This record gives sequence, C-alpha cells and structure tokens, in this order.
Amino acid sequence: MATSSVGSLLQQLRESKVWKSVFRRGPAVTNRTRSVAVFHNLFLHFLPVKVREKSLRARATYYLGSLTFFLFLLLTVTGVLLMFYYHPAVPQAYQDMKDLRFVVSNGLFLRNLHRIGAQAMVLFVFIHMFHVFYRGGYKAPRQFNWVIGVGLLLITLFLSYTGYLLPWDQLAFWAITVGTNIISFMPSLGKIMRFLMLGGHTVGENALLRFYVLHCVVLPLAALFLIGIHFWRVQKDGGLKLREENERKDSVHNGD
Amino acid sequence: MSEKTPYTTAIDSDAERSPRRIVFLTKKTSAKVVRERPRQVMSYPHLVLREVMVLQGLIIALALLALFWDAPLEQVANPLLTPNPAKAPWYFLGLQELLHYFPPIVAGIILPGLVVVALIVIPYFEINSKDEPFWSGNVQRRLLILSIVLIVLMVVLALFEAWTVIVPTAVIGGALLLGKFQAETQSSFWAYLRSRPLSWWIMTWFISVSVILTVVGTYFRGPGWSWVWPWR
Repeated sequence: MATSSVGSLLQQLRESKVWKSVFRRGPAVTNRTRSVAVFHNLFLHFLPVKVREKSLRARATYYLGSLTFFLFLLLTVTGVLLMFYYHPAVPQAYQDMKDLRFVVSNGLFLRNLHRIGAQAMVLFVFIHMFHVFYRGGYKAPRQFNWVIGVGLLLITLFLSYTGYLLPWDQLAFWAITVGTNIISFMPSLGKIMRFLMLGGHTVGENALLRFYVLHCVVLPLAALFLIGIHFWRVQKDGGLKLREENERKDSVHNGD
Repeated sequence: MSEKTPYTTAIDSDAERSPRRIVFLTKKTSAKVVRERPRQVMSYPHLVLREVMVLQGLIIALALLALFWDAPLEQVANPLLTPNPAKAPWYFLGLQELLHYFPPIVAGIILPGLVVVALIVIPYFEINSKDEPFWSGNVQRRLLILSIVLIVLMVVLALFEAWTVIVPTAVIGGALLLGKFQAETQSSFWAYLRSRPLSWWIMTWFISVSVILTVVGTYFRGPGWSWVWPWR
C-alpha cells in the first residue's frame, strides 16, 4: 500500500519536532488550527481567517486581482533568471538577446514567458480595474484602495515600458524614442524630465542603464509596497464588494 | 472547545461555519433579526486552495503560450535608421493615435493627465456613488445639458477630424440619448441601458474610445500613420 505508507510518512513528518518548530501548530483539521494556519503565517495573514461563502464564487471577482498578483510573482521569478544572462550595456544587451535565443538552454522559452506575462499583467490590471468599477468597488468605505489601485496601474505601465527598452533592438529603441518625445511636449518641465529619464538628450547607454535600474529595482519595490497596502486595505475595508451587498444596511463590519 | 477533544473535520466541512449570536430576552423587550449574517467558511483551506488552483492554471496557460509565441527581436538598435511607422508599446498606441489628430500638448500631456486625475477622483464625487438611472429626476434639464455636451464634443472632434473618436462617441452618446425615448419599452436591452447611472455611461464611453483607438493604432496604421487594412 504505497499511498498509506506515504500518508504515514507525512503524518510522521508533521509530528516531528522540526515541523512543529516551523509551523507551530498541529494539522489544520479543526477550525482553531485552521485559523492559526492563516494568522500565524506572514504570507497568509493577508487573507481574512474567514470569508463569506458568496465571495468565493468565481463570478464575484473572476480572480482578476489574484491573477494580476500571480503574474507579478511570475515576472519577478523569470525576471531574476533573465538578469543572470543580461548586461545593461550597448551593444552587449542585444548580443545577450541573441544568446538567450541560440545559446542558453530554454533561453527563448524564458524570455517568452517574461514577455507574455508582462503583456498579460498590463491587460489584467486594466480588466481588474474596469471590473471593480462596474461592481461599484470604489464606493465608501473603499475609496482609498481605488486610489492605491490607480497608483499600481501607473507603476505596472511604467514597469512594462522600462522593460521594453532592455532588448536594445529597433523595436525597443524607437518605441522609447517615440514615448519620451511625448514627455518633452510638456511646457517648461518637459525637456528637463526627458533629460532626467534618459540621462542625456537621446536614447543611449545612459538611458539603458536608468531603465534597467528602474525596471529591476525601483519599480518592483514600489509595486510591492503598494500591493501590500492594497491587500491589507481589502481586509480593513470590509472584504470584497459583493453585488448583493447593500452598504447602508450593512453597518456591521465583516470579520469581527 | 477543549483541546483534549479528539475532534477533526474533513476538508469540505466546517463544524461551525460561524458562531450564532444568542439573544437574552429580559422583561418587556423583544429582539428581531434585522439582517442575517452571510454564511462564512474558513479561508484555510477553502480560499487558499482556490488561489493555488488559479496560480497553477495561470502557469500552465502561460507556459503553453510561451512554447508557441516567440517574443519579437528585430535588428540591433540603430538611431540612424527610423522605421516607418515607429510605434510605441500597444498600451500607448491609443495615445499615439490621439497624437495623429490633436496638437502634441493636448494629446500627449493634457488628455492623459486628465484621465489619470479623473481615475483618482472617481470615488470622491457624489455623482459616482449614486446609482440612480440617468433618465430620472429633472429629465428635461438633463436632456438639454446632454444635448449641448454631445453637440460641442462632436463639433470639436469633427474640427480635428478625429474619426476614430467620433464613431464610439456617437454610438455611446446616441444610445444614451435614444434611451430617453424608450420609457415604454418591453425590450430588456433598453430597460438595462435605461437603468444605468451617469458614471456607467462615462466609463463605458471611455473604455470604448480607448479600445477602438488602441486597436486602430495597433492594426490599422501603416507608413506615415496612414490607414491600412491589416489583411492586405
């Protein structure tokens, strides 16, 4: 009986000193240990201990926010892997793209994953926002979380845009040239802002380095910071907005 | 519940879904249920399991796409060789399409700035929190204001020959206007449209314009930003 021996092995593992030192609870089979599983865990404690049954239905959210966040995680993982093969230098950056395609094992697959994930994340951020709008999810008491969400939308766009330059091919170079030219139309500040972004008057190696640092360090950290507040506020503002929910009658807070 | 009780539950059951409130009735008082507390379940495992499944589905879908859809890579960047047309990433092509019609400061700075400000202030305007249908209250006054706004908007757009903005504006504005005269309607389509508040109409108009501008900028624009048919 292979299954039962695996089962008993798992059982032994769960009762071992090491396991208990890590999780500090028994198996999550009672409501008490299930609560502990959530609020004694740094990552799971972003979730409430209990959720309304209706908010679990797929059509309550279509998991759009979750999907966006998971895409962010996948992009972080694939992005770190890509960083192992990438130099933010002219023209080495382009050579690295060629190497990813022809030299590195599964390099093309890795870059494809990152690229498709990035497109999907931009798309899902938009769909998530429109879905929340049509649900009325921005209404009191959730106003501020909507504002945080708009901030996350802008960061996502900027993340995608800074990543666009990194392959250093014609597509990248001219897309960034077109985009940064738009900024220079801004009265008085435009030229200065463009110079600050590019580290020069044209898209060159300074621009590549700046976009690289923004893309790999500054913007992901900013996104992570706002994501933390965004998730936390979902709980503090009373959980998900449900269609049936009538705000005026619903003066009792959820999760008490 | 004592810790000593050998008490376990299966993964799909919740021994106590939520604690029930008990009311103590003393003399000359009464209690009534104002609102039933919605049924709750434990996040672990019910929510955690679903989230993990969504993550797994996403990874599978992305991996399949990544197998068959290669990321583009053109020639090495060359500042001396300008492609025609030079296009921004797809999510900025709506802006680039606007740049084709309007002066750069309007299309590149003022309009996107206004969109961002408008998105941020949505929750702080009373009008967005009300769910009253547009054709309610002082209908004659609303008809007058709507007509003026639509006419001014269409005239300005026509002056700039911004056809890809005019079409969705005419469709959405026309639907809103026509809805007024469908008060006696039996059709559920018009009944639905008539029940929508102003904020719904503005957002739907904004999304329609954005989608059409982005699609046109992506597929229907060729050298010199001239109109091309993608299948030719």
